[in-house]
Parts: sequence; structure tokens; C-alpha cells
Amino acid sequence: MNALADFYAKHSQLLNQIGINAMLALSLSVSLRAGQLALAQAAFMGIAAYVSAILALTYKWPLPAAILAAVIASTVVAALLAFPVRRLRGVFLAIATIGFGEIVRVVANNLSLTGGAEGMSGIPADVTTPVIYAALAAVALALVALSRTKFALAVTLTREDEHAARGVGVDVGAVRTLSLALGGAIAGLAGALYAHSAFFITPGDFGFARMEEILVWCVIGGVTSPVGAVLGATLLSVLPELIRFLADYREITDGVILLAVVLFAPGGLGSLWRRGAVRVRV
Amino acid sequence: MIGQQLLNGLFLGAVYALFAVGYTLVFGVLDILNLAHAAIFTAAAFAAFSLAMHGVPLPLAFLGAAVMAGIIGILLDRVAFAPLRRRNAGTLVPLISSIGVAIIIGAVLRGIYGVDERHFTTGGLDTAPAIRVGGVTFTSVELVIFLSAIVLMVLLSWTLRATTLGRHIRAVAEDRIAATLLGVDLERTIAATFFLASALGGAAGVLTGLEYNSVTLDMGSPIELKGLAIIILGGMGSITGAVVGGFVIGAVETFAIAYGLSEWRDAITFGVMFLILVARPSGLFGKRALRQA
Amino acid sequence: MLALEKVTVRYGGVTALDGVSLAIERGRILGLIGPNGAGKTTLVNATTGLAPLAGGSVILDGRRVDGLPPHRIARAGIARTYQNIRLFGALDVRGNLAAGAFARRARLHADEVRSLLERAGIPHVDPGAQASSLPYGDQRRLEIARALAASPGVVMLDEPAAGMNPAETHRLVETIRAIAAAGIAVLLIEHDMTLVRAACDSVVVLNFGEAIAHGTPAEIARDPVVVEAYLGTGAEALA
Repeated sequence: MNALADFYAKHSQLLNQIGINAMLALSLSVSLRAGQLALAQAAFMGIAAYVSAILALTYKWPLPAAILAAVIASTVVAALLAFPVRRLRGVFLAIATIGFGEIVRVVANNLSLTGGAEGMSGIPADVTTPVIYAALAAVALALVALSRTKFALAVTLTREDEHAARGVGVDVGAVRTLSLALGGAIAGLAGALYAHSAFFITPGDFGFARMEEILVWCVIGGVTSPVGAVLGATLLSVLPELIRFLADYREITDGVILLAVVLFAPGGLGSLWRRGAVRVRV
Repeated sequence: MIGQQLLNGLFLGAVYALFAVGYTLVFGVLDILNLAHAAIFTAAAFAAFSLAMHGVPLPLAFLGAAVMAGIIGILLDRVAFAPLRRRNAGTLVPLISSIGVAIIIGAVLRGIYGVDERHFTTGGLDTAPAIRVGGVTFTSVELVIFLSAIVLMVLLSWTLRATTLGRHIRAVAEDRIAATLLGVDLERTIAATFFLASALGGAAGVLTGLEYNSVTLDMGSPIELKGLAIIILGGMGSITGAVVGGFVIGAVETFAIAYGLSEWRDAITFGVMFLILVARPSGLFGKRALRQA
Repeated sequence: MLALEKVTVRYGGVTALDGVSLAIERGRILGLIGPNGAGKTTLVNATTGLAPLAGGSVILDGRRVDGLPPHRIARAGIARTYQNIRLFGALDVRGNLAAGAFARRARLHADEVRSLLERAGIPHVDPGAQASSLPYGDQRRLEIARALAASPGVVMLDEPAAGMNPAETHRLVETIRAIAAAGIAVLLIEHDMTLVRAACDSVVVLNFGEAIAHGTPAEIARDPVVVEAYLGTGAEALA
């Protein structure tokens, strides 16, 4: 028992990181499964992180309420974002969402409410590792439940061929909005939990660098596979710790792994787990 | 006052345009968004720094770094894009591939140079005299940087319009398969495209390093995303659009700073970009313009 | 019963369809022919909500459906196949049929799957096979099965015989006739005149976006206006 407690004490920061990263990867995989390269996850994370931090720190809200409000905020923003970008596809959607993320970063950088460039510190940090993993498990279960619904079929059809999907009665616009909103909710949860487990947040935590990281995890794990997304996040979060002597080479290892996966295992690591054609439950 | 701001905008915009031209050239020819472009920008700046530190006169260091950047561009294609082309992997996978290369380039630079800021100590960059013309002030260094950017862009435009290579590039941009059927060597043309695009991007990096007399690992970050805004504004794939877009964004930023909105200038830039994507995704000049260079 | 009344579609300065009217009744097969670029696929797109109408209306069982988003029109009971096959390639055969039945509430049972494959003329196909791995002809028929999976009132087939040899085309006639016999209104776009003559009860001829003739296959084959529109190569096939 002592050994476990010791392990936990030494590595709780890392464990928290893995849990949150896995959640972020899941949130992006939701959009990617619908065929949308919507790169606003980091921005949704940031919005929720700030909302929760401000409510808890400045307005003394109880933590659960602050986190809930934060998730609602990021979800609503995501759903609203779906409207102006509804006609954008592929690279254009990616760029638009990146632009949105930059605007959010600049806003956070300049408002006194958010502490400006220095960010916010002294955020109530009562979120512990078990809480993060409970949330992660809840998200994972929710996604599994969702995968058995008609919505999941609609998502798959939208990704495969939007045109033909409309032809069989799929409301592609609604699918895109809902998947963006769902991604926003999950990323928001990750952000709120992040704010209350780290001790301070700055606008730089939620910028394009973070977004690239999340994308890398998803790609390495397997773009359309939620299991893969979690795998990718876990692997890349743990890797530098496992091979401490490689810590200096973490960056280059990340890059090489990414390239290797893209070139040689395009389905990502998750595709090694799935086999053959997608079987749709009839 | 306005004149000075316009001039500042012009100088800033020229380097932005130079960077954006490389971005848009690759997109126009290959439909790929090369996110390693900014990493090459940075690498070239460091290369020029190293050359200058070893006594190479600045103009030669500049050219050497640009050529090196071009070669990195060719390697980038060989390693990260060509295998995907053969596999018919679409347009989003190369984007991710380019992120991988960008990470690697960044890591290599960090390994070689560490995290400290570097400065050019030769060439009298910090002591260049101010020149006054009309109501505006600038330094000789700024002028040379501006003219270098303009010359390079003109050279590119001439290459695309008047040389055989340029015709081949435009043909591939228009219709890859038809171009192959007409006898264009696809791989060599693509390699040449990457050389040109990356050399220009690298040149922009060197010029930026000279402009602020500062070479850092993250000097590519601001321009990486700004470059996206510029090519969206100008129209993806349009060289003219990238040039115009670069100057417009340069002007927008300069005026934003002059009128006290400095901290918001990125939000303005990306706000404009977002609006364009929503209202008119083809931007000012759209993709067609690559064929008219 | 599907009716198009004076349907007009414009793309920029070009009038792709100009005041076209036609009607398809349940249990009947209407052929739609015309030279390339005459507007046949545009007509299907306009009917299914993929092309906006500049004028006229589309009426399904007495209810106007023009202006509705495509997925609503699909749910109203209009199903189609595509000129260039648009199967959900990564899904298996069963998956494509389940996709076709998306608008219906019910789940697709194994015997329904078998029945759909039979009606489409591919009873031998393995429901677990990946759609993109099927031979070309089977893929075309799978698209038809997918359209039938929606239990539609109207089916629009866009050049279903493209790439088929005469024997396969002959089999297709039976398939299409059986679809109509089940009470579905069928619109058949085709270039293959043998198929049109054998399968269609009546034919509408489009040229430059206008309906220039309407009648039985025999009537329109004799119509001088139609012959002139085809100018030679097609005219021989008509006769």
C-alpha cells in the first residue's frame, strides 16, 4: 500500500497530465470521426479553463458549479462556431478554426479579467487524480454508448461521403454542429479540470502549440479511433518520462514518430487494434 | 505621420509577402498546406547567422542560407510528401506529415544552437544611419531588406512567367495529370517548386533576423499562422494574392500598432481572415491566379 | 406520384433547366434521355434538393418539396443512384444498406438484407464484403439496393447501365421492371437506348435544358425533333 501511495505522490502530476491529454485527444477524435479537421480544441479548453478559474477564484463559486458552467460555456461556443464555418471543408476549415483559436488567445492575453499575459494563479486546485480519471472514464463510457446510436452511423456516413449521406437522409449540418459541440464539451471538461489541477494558467497554454500536440496524439493513435486517440495521448505523454535519458530528444522523437506513423501506419496505432472494414451494427 | 506608417507597413509587408509566396506556391501546385515552411524560415535565419559568424559577408550568407533552405525544401518533399503522393493520400495527411518535419527541424535547431537568442554582430546592423526622405525616416538596412524581398518576388514572378520551368510549374498547378501527359517531369517540377518556395521562405527568415537583429527558435511562430491569414486573404494558390495580402496585413498591423491597438493586432488579422473564409473563401485572387503569376 | 412543374435551374449566367415539366406515377417507369449536357443530372439534383430552383416547383404526393434541404427530401421518400458510383466504400454491403435505411426508424434484419440484395439482382453478394471491393457491376446494383432500402416512393436511377455489357443490361431491365411493379415510381436516366426501349413506359427528351419531346419510346424514336437533337450517332440507335 505504501509503495502505491509513494508512486502516486511522485507521479501524480504526470498521471493528471495523461488523463487530461487523453480527454483532449478524445475531443478531437470526435470531430475527426465526422471528417472535420476542426482544430479549435485547444481554444475550447482555454475558454473553459478561464471560465472555471474566474468563477472559482474571483467569484468564489463552488468547484463543481464552476466546472459545470465552464463546460457549458465551451459547448455553447463550439456550437456557435459551427454556424459560420458550416460551408468550410478540409484545409479551409482547419485554417478557420486555427484563426478562431488565435483570436481566443489574443482576447485572453488582453483582458484584465483573465489576468492578461501573465494568466491566473492561485486557482483552487482541488481536482485530484481520481477525479480526472473518473471524468475520463465517464467521457469514454458516454462515447461508447453514443457509438451504438444512429448518430454514430450518421457521423460515419458524413465522413465517408457527405453528398451520398444527404441522399440517404442524413442532416449533415446537424451532424457537423453536434460533433463540434461534443468536442467542445469534452475539451471544455479537460480544460476546467486542467485549471484546477495545475496551479496557474496562461494564454500560451491554449494556443496553436497545444493544438498541434493534440493533433499529433490523435494521428499517432489513429485518427478515427477513440481508443487510438487515448493510446496516442498516453504514449506520447509517458514516453519522455519512461526514457528519461531521452528527455532532451523528446521533441525529435515526437517528430520522428509522427512521420513514421504517417508514412508507414496511416491508420495510426489504433488501426492495429481494429481489423478490416467498419462493421456497422444492423 | 500616415506616410511613415505606410512606409513601415510596406517594409513589414514585403517580408510577409515573401514568406507567404512560398506558402501559397506549394498550395497552388500541390494542394498541400506545408506547415514546415515556418521551420525552414527559422532554420535559414540560423544558417545565415552561422555563416556570418564564420566571416562570410552578409550578402553571401543571405544567399547561402536561402539556397540551403531550398535544399531543405527538396528534402522535405522527398521524405514527407512524395511517399504520400504515390499513395494518393489526399490533402490532410501531408499537412500532418509537415508538422512532423517541422518538429524535427525545430528539435535539430535546438540541439545545435540551444535556446538563447542570437544576434548578428557584423554588418553594422545596429548602427545603420537613419535616412530622411520627404517626411519619412528609415535606415539603409531596412531599405536593403525591402529591396531584397521585392527583387526575389520579381525573380519568382519572372521564373513562373518566362521560363520553361515556370511553365511546367503552372501546368502542374492547373492539372497534374494533363501536365504529365504533355511530357512534364512531375517529380522534378515538384522538387523545383519546393526549392523555390523554401528558398523564398528561408530568405524571409534571414531578412527578418536581420531586421530585428535577433534569431530565436520561436521566431517562426508569429509568422507561421500569420502566413495562413495572408494567403487566405490573397487567395490560396495565387502569387499575386500572397504579395497583395502580405502588404495589406503588413499595413493593417502597422496601423494597429500606431493607433494603440498593438496587443489586438493579431486578433484583427485573424478576425479579417475568419471573415474572408466565411464570406469569400477564395480570397482576393483565388486559386486561378497562379497560372498568371 | 412525383411531378415537376416548369422547373428552372440557373447556374450563374447559364440556364441549365428551362421550364421543364414531367410527372412520374407509382408503378411506372419514365425514361429521361438527351445529349450530354442536356440537363438530365441537373434535373435529378434539382428534384433531390441539391440544386436550387430559379423557378417552378417539385410536388411529391401533393406536397411541395422544392426548397427543402436534401436530407428532408430523401426522408420524404425520394431515393437515387449516382452517375459516378457513390457508395460508402469503407463500409461493408450490410452497412451500405443500413445507411440506405437511415431515414426509416426500423433496424435492418438479415432477411431484409437478403431480400434487398435479391431485388437488386445481386443475391450472391456477401453482406460482409467491403463495398469498394465488389466488381463494378455489383457496385452499381448495390447502389440500387441501397436506394430500395429506404422504402422509397420514388427512385431515380442515374445511368445505372453505364459500363455494363449487353447481357448485364438485359438483366437490369428485369430488375428495374420489378422495382416499378412493387409500386415505386421510377425515373431512369440513360444513354443506352436498348434499355430505355425495353424498360420505359414513357420517355422525356431533354435538350439544352428544355423538354423537347414526351411520349412512348416508339413515338420519340420517330420524332424528327428528337432525331435532329441527337444529330446522327444517337439517331441510328433510336431508330
